[in-house]
Amino acid sequence: MGNNTVVITDADWDSKVLKSEKPVLVDFWAEWCGPCRMVAPILEEIAGENADKITIAKLNVDENPVSAGNARVTSIPTLNVYVGGELVKQIIGAKPKAALLADLAAYL
Amino acid sequence: MTVHNVIIIGSGPSGYTAAMYAARAQLNPVIFEGAVTAGGALMNTTEVENFPGFPDGIMGPALMENMRAQAAKFGAQFITDDVTAIDFSNEIKSVTDGSGKTYQAKAIILAMGSAYRELGVPNEKRLSGHGVSWCATCDGFFFRGQTIAVVGGGDSAVEEATFLTRFAEKVYLIHRRDELRASKIMVARAESDPKLEFVWNSAVQEVLGDDQVTGLRLKNTVDGSESVLPVTGLFVEIGHDPRSELVKGVVDTDAEGYVQVKGRTTATNIDGVFAAGDLVDNRYRQAITAAGSGCAAALDAEKWLAH
Repeated sequence: MGNNTVVITDADWDSKVLKSEKPVLVDFWAEWCGPCRMVAPILEEIAGENADKITIAKLNVDENPVSAGNARVTSIPTLNVYVGGELVKQIIGAKPKAALLADLAAYL
Repeated sequence: MTVHNVIIIGSGPSGYTAAMYAARAQLNPVIFEGAVTAGGALMNTTEVENFPGFPDGIMGPALMENMRAQAAKFGAQFITDDVTAIDFSNEIKSVTDGSGKTYQAKAIILAMGSAYRELGVPNEKRLSGHGVSWCATCDGFFFRGQTIAVVGGGDSAVEEATFLTRFAEKVYLIHRRDELRASKIMVARAESDPKLEFVWNSAVQEVLGDDQVTGLRLKNTVDGSESVLPVTGLFVEIGHDPRSELVKGVVDTDAEGYVQVKGRTTATNIDGVFAAGDLVDNRYRQAITAAGSGCAAALDAEKWLAH
């Protein structure tokens, strides 16, 4: 796991996602998901380049079934953006950096 | 600008094998692995039972990591990005990657593989990620204890359906005809699986559901009758299309988009441009045949560069 992203769990979902002052992108992922591994370094870069604007958080769906279930995630990677506790954007599937930056433009 | 000997576009078994052969031939190949597709289709599979040399099977991602490592060992240079534009109009060919950087080479090996095919029915796209999936190994986990369906009739479809019975309570395998294309061993395994039920002679007409999949509208391909199958998930495995979009109009393809090569070689209509793997092959489409044609492309390129 890189230095630019933060790890979140079922236990701190409320405090780190819903109550965050900055927009939060939650990357729902798992070890056994190939596309998740592909997109991870790209998210790490985006996190490093936009640390003042958005928090990029990683939620392991194996270890945190409650949050993944509440978010009704059925496909990974799923990237959900929350602003003020509300889901404002959902990106499903791994995408190249340029495509992710375009999808996230409103929050960067 | 540096003019490389050979640039390889794509990184499945054909791309990595081409890279290994070209590197061992001291051609210093540059390989574009893809921004999010490095390793190719096998990255989304589980156990590969039919790659020679692995009597106990090997996990798809592990096989691809091994191939990459073998190419790296001989000095192949990897770029983890997509090629987004090409120019093959001059003797020195150029390719541009996702970041806008341009690279030049004398020879090019195309190995972009294939992409999964969509059903093209209402709500399939909208409910993608909400019950519709193309990756059983990624998403099967979320359907624990549920009733789901796989559509398709080839080895991939049967493999996915069998894999999904690990999680799901019940898996329907929907197929347009009344027999499978899949290999006998896969069919036998599926038939003996108590959680798996075949739905023959049926085509998916529509995916049902508001914000999650709730069912499928099916049409019987024999008598035309319609029915609704209640499921919470649909895995689409109806085949693949070649990823030849990048070279469309430049490199000759057949009506289905497969890149055409000359005889038993990997040479395309453009001098110095070679093609291998699923991009070319609409007949066999196996990891081992892709690797074999990747090898052939590197040998063809080596010979062409020496002339």
